[in-house]
Amino acid sequence: MAARKKPAKSNTSKEDLLKFYREMLMIRRFEEKAGQLYGMGLIGGFCHLYIGQEAVVVGIEAATKEGDKRITSYRDHGHMLACGMDPKGVMAELTGREGGYSRGKGGSMHMFSKEKNFYGGNGIVGAQVPIGAGLAFADKYLGNDNVSFAYFGDGAANQGQVYETFNMASLWKLPVIFVIENNQYAMGTSLQRASSTPELYTRGTAFGIPGETVDGMDVFAVKAASEKAVAHCRTGKGPYILEMVTYRYRGHSMSDPAKYRTREEVQKVREERDAIEHVRELILLGKHASEEDLKAIDKQIKAEVNEAAEFAKQSPEPALSELWTDIYADA
Amino acid sequence: MATEILMPALSPTMEEGTLAKWLVKEGDTVSSGDIIAEIETDKATMEFEAVDEGIIGKLLVAEGTEGVAVNAPIAILLDEGEDADTLPAPSSAAPAPSSVPTAMSGSEEPALAAPKAVVIPDDPEIPEGTEMKSTTVREALRDAMAEEMRRDPNVFLMGEEVAQYQGAYKISQGMLDEFGDKRVIDTPITEHGFTGIAVGAAFGGLRPIVEFMTFNFAMQAIDQIINSAAKTLYMSGGQMGAPMVFRGANGAAARVGAQHSQDYATWYAQVPGLKVAMPYSAADAKGLLKSAIRDPNPVVFLENEILYGQAFDVPVMDDFTVPFGKAKIWREGSDVTIVSFGIGMKYALEAADALAADGISAEVIDLRTLRPMDTETVVKSVMKTNRCVTVEEGWPVGSIGGHISNVLMQEAFDYLDAPVITCTGKDVPMPYAANLEKLALVTTDEVIAAVKTVTYR
Ligand SMILES: Cc1ncc(C[n+]2csc(CCOP(=O)(O)OP(=O)(O)O)c2C)c(N)n1
Ligand SMILES: [Mg+2]
Repeated sequence: MAARKKPAKSNTSKEDLLKFYREMLMIRRFEEKAGQLYGMGLIGGFCHLYIGQEAVVVGIEAATKEGDKRITSYRDHGHMLACGMDPKGVMAELTGREGGYSRGKGGSMHMFSKEKNFYGGNGIVGAQVPIGAGLAFADKYLGNDNVSFAYFGDGAANQGQVYETFNMASLWKLPVIFVIENNQYAMGTSLQRASSTPELYTRGTAFGIPGETVDGMDVFAVKAASEKAVAHCRTGKGPYILEMVTYRYRGHSMSDPAKYRTREEVQKVREERDAIEHVRELILLGKHASEEDLKAIDKQIKAEVNEAAEFAKQSPEPALSELWTDIYADA
Repeated sequence: MATEILMPALSPTMEEGTLAKWLVKEGDTVSSGDIIAEIETDKATMEFEAVDEGIIGKLLVAEGTEGVAVNAPIAILLDEGEDADTLPAPSSAAPAPSSVPTAMSGSEEPALAAPKAVVIPDDPEIPEGTEMKSTTVREALRDAMAEEMRRDPNVFLMGEEVAQYQGAYKISQGMLDEFGDKRVIDTPITEHGFTGIAVGAAFGGLRPIVEFMTFNFAMQAIDQIINSAAKTLYMSGGQMGAPMVFRGANGAAARVGAQHSQDYATWYAQVPGLKVAMPYSAADAKGLLKSAIRDPNPVVFLENEILYGQAFDVPVMDDFTVPFGKAKIWREGSDVTIVSFGIGMKYALEAADALAADGISAEVIDLRTLRPMDTETVVKSVMKTNRCVTVEEGWPVGSIGGHISNVLMQEAFDYLDAPVITCTGKDVPMPYAANLEKLALVTTDEVIAAVKTVTYR
């Protein structure tokens, strides 16, 4: 990834700039807190942080409307916050407590919100892709103009079921946007070591699906590309592929020693391409807010995250009887 | 306000670690994301990042210290203008509230220590006087693969992260170095595809070992395992088959939720044409894996993440193998037969220890391979004890225990003094919450209670 040039003057409104800044920072602070709680043993199992990739979900959500649906992998905390799920409920699911979105039964990788049209949280690499197309199938069948977003990684982009889905989504003109979050690595395997063709946005070519590569560290570029893709889908033209070129700052999960890349590589992206820093500079450059104003926002977000963490610690463990509920829906 | 930096848990199963190196010194300013220390777990050396910003006031644990408990304070972080010397002494105990689960479920139990006081009758596979070496299951599996790869140039290993990353669970550590990338092959995340390619390679005369990062992901590939690998010898009238091994972690780890915590023992044990091994000890892991690699049939080899770090005695022999279809009697007894395999053996042996204290003498049998299954040893034992309890982690319907009780009904009906009790995982997807996960798994207490029921105590 080339370094971004100095932040261009943006014609984005002050409201949008501050909204993006706030939403991205919220995800980052939330994830930092989750990492901390994991270190304290309050969160168990796998915990995949979204730090570095915040601009992708925040930019895409800015192009959605009520009724649109989303589904993603286990790296899902950012998606949930961006679609408006409550940080308290997300954090309490991470700690496995009654106040969590799945009442403690799902964990970091498996959270859902019917209300926000968030369909998970899937732990099996690639499995969310056909399901995302299935959500779109349902909307098309029901005759509304909703669009579904199926997020998946550069590693998942090699799974067979992705291509079975591409074929049917195109054949049946399903209103689904395939969002490839290309953060350069699948666990310890770089894109170059796993993909015969690294241009992932071209992966739909054989199926007639248009694709585009987007600077996923630039929330405005993400939003603009998403609006274009959404317009394509909503007007019945079929699926669209967005390859978001992004970067994950932390290890794959908490237990990844990350020996497959250098400290310098990570540091360089953080310094030159950080999505939050980018927006921050634009805000200051355009004099939309002062350093003091931004500090106040930071403080408020920190307080919100601390409140979520406190809630997640205080919420009781689920009742033991919960072991036996939700296995079948009542017939 | 000064805050304590605590020893982090860096994996689902970590309870303590070595503080290998400090990358900051007292007085340094750190901000969120800075690497402050290197911490060693049994799997890897990890970098530990600062979460909050501040000044390192005091380093409480010297670098090189081993066995630092998760959550113990390791440093003090100061805000600007604070002084370390005026601070109150750090709390020495881990501050986690008592109701809070630790990173490792069931951590009150010494999960990684093999039960003591186990009476192991002489093992016919090991000549008298053979030197024994304490080896983890992880090392034993690696040694087995490496020995077989030295022996047969057509054996190769493929799977996700097996080469450069040294294995997601570090089973293939060092193998890329020794065997090179022709024989230790990193694959993309495409289980169905690479499993099919491995089956084809086996048809073509090679001896593939396919590592699944965990068996949960083998569900992507199960068609190739069953329809292609298991059935081809039969379908081709004996002309060709798939001499290969499918191996990886199976069953619950700790707190990884429903999609990552399933025991597939019965799924594969049902399939004619497959052989299935599910070892408990490191010696069996090694000896059975070597046999599996040499076997002219497809073998599903089910390992367990929680057992990977556990050490057992492994005989120091040039070529130690364990045959398929032979159970191992871990402990002789007269009052009840406890039959298990894989991690279930941990509960079986713990229960037998506890029962001995109550004056109940349990014979404990490790099936070791589920297909072929050594029911003869089980039947013989039950003819002596007249009672049987089975233990496994998987779900109850269609369980291995269910199959064993069926065999006993047909072959030892007149010898049974009580109905067989099958202890299994609960009939639910694995919950994430620590308290529910504990309930979902089979426990030592349940085994003890079952034995008391069948012995009418
Ligand atoms: C079918 C399947 N295979 C393997 C895994 C183990 N695994 C979990 S995440 C992962 C890497 C995925 O990388 P990518 O798709 O790039 O997503 P990222 O983690 O970078 O967000 C692997 C191999 C899994 N969960 N499911
Ligand atoms: Mg990736």
